[in-house]
Amino acid sequence: MSESVSHITDATFDEVVNGSSEPVLVDFWAEWCGPCKMVAPILDEIATEQAGKIKITKLNVDENPNSSLKYQVQSIPTMLLFQDGEVTKTIIGAKSKASLMEDLGL
Amino acid sequence: MTDVHEVVILGSGPAGLTAAIYTARASLNPLVIEGEPSSTGDQPGGQLMLTTDVENFPGFPEGIMGPELMMNFRAQAQRFGATLETAKASKVDLSERPFKIWVGDPDAPEPTHLAQTIIISTGAKSLMLNLPNETELIGHGVSTCATCDGFFFRDQDIAVVGGGDSAIEEATFLTKFAASVTIIHRRDELRASKIMQDRAFANPKINFMWDTEVREIIGSEKVDGIMVENVKTNETSKLDVTGLFVAIGHRPNTDLFVGQLDMKENGYLVTKAPSTYTSVEGVFGCGDIQDDVYRQAITAAGSGCAAAIDAERWLEANEHGNS
Repeated sequence: MSESVSHITDATFDEVVNGSSEPVLVDFWAEWCGPCKMVAPILDEIATEQAGKIKITKLNVDENPNSSLKYQVQSIPTMLLFQDGEVTKTIIGAKSKASLMEDLGL
Repeated sequence: MTDVHEVVILGSGPAGLTAAIYTARASLNPLVIEGEPSSTGDQPGGQLMLTTDVENFPGFPEGIMGPELMMNFRAQAQRFGATLETAKASKVDLSERPFKIWVGDPDAPEPTHLAQTIIISTGAKSLMLNLPNETELIGHGVSTCATCDGFFFRDQDIAVVGGGDSAIEEATFLTKFAASVTIIHRRDELRASKIMQDRAFANPKINFMWDTEVREIIGSEKVDGIMVENVKTNETSKLDVTGLFVAIGHRPNTDLFVGQLDMKENGYLVTKAPSTYTSVEGVFGCGDIQDDVYRQAITAAGSGCAAAIDAERWLEANEHGNS
């Protein structure tokens, strides 16, 4: 697993996401989710290639129910893009690298 | 000029990856264009990527998780030298050999790949209800992937639309989380296998609404309920559910081949049983793309093996005087 993608929890969410000057993409995922596994390597690549432009982090919904509730995540993978603590883009479902990059404006 | 592959396989479900294992072991250096990640059934690994326990695939007495099974298929194909490209074919030209395959821009003047033989195993993807706000509500209460989304409906009342194996399997799975699961089916009996039916009928959390169709999904930001109509009495009523799981069947991914390969009226490829030959020599079809009867992982894998052997023998027979 790439070190470019960090993991956050309910407890560290605010600090990592809201305290960031860069945009942060939070990938809501779980071990039992096939499409999440397909997206993971793509997010690793994007995180490495776009380091400095965007921060990518993952949140395990099994272990961190509060954040999923707060952001009304009802499907995974859901990827939320945060800018200054506000959700500026919601991406639902696994996608190709090209369409993810487009969604992220990269 | 682009190299000519001996075998290009389109799709990477059980059929495509079995064809890859066999053609790789036959030293045909297959290229698998495995698809792109998505959550609708046409992603790399195919429909099993959206399932949990697979209990009927021989060789796994305790069952195996669908995604894990497909990762195993993939690793096995790679072990014998199959090349996997995470992309979708955007256009094919089957009018002459070598066949032409485009990935990415379908209007590019030169094809991305050339192939002596093509094995088509692009599978099928979920049908939707085609209701007005259905697409907008995917991820907000409407789902085609119970295993991905069921977790978020803990202690809620939800509905599953459909009456086949996948609908009943999803409904049964969803009872792990939901307070109640209502199966909405437009007929008065299920198409699902007997064992799945028995399980569903015995499950106290599952209710049935027979002869019923979904007419409307209520809600804009999330699902607040659905309007259903009894097709026998034409009575409509509101069902208070927060989740709607759609499992009304599948459509074969044959759009790329319209006008180039013979198809049945329902869009499935015609293959010349008992072989996997399509209407174009050197093009073979396997898996759900040509199977509107069995549609199982093991039958897909079996036909993938057949397609690999058909392609290998066809190449042997046609190699001389053709290249």
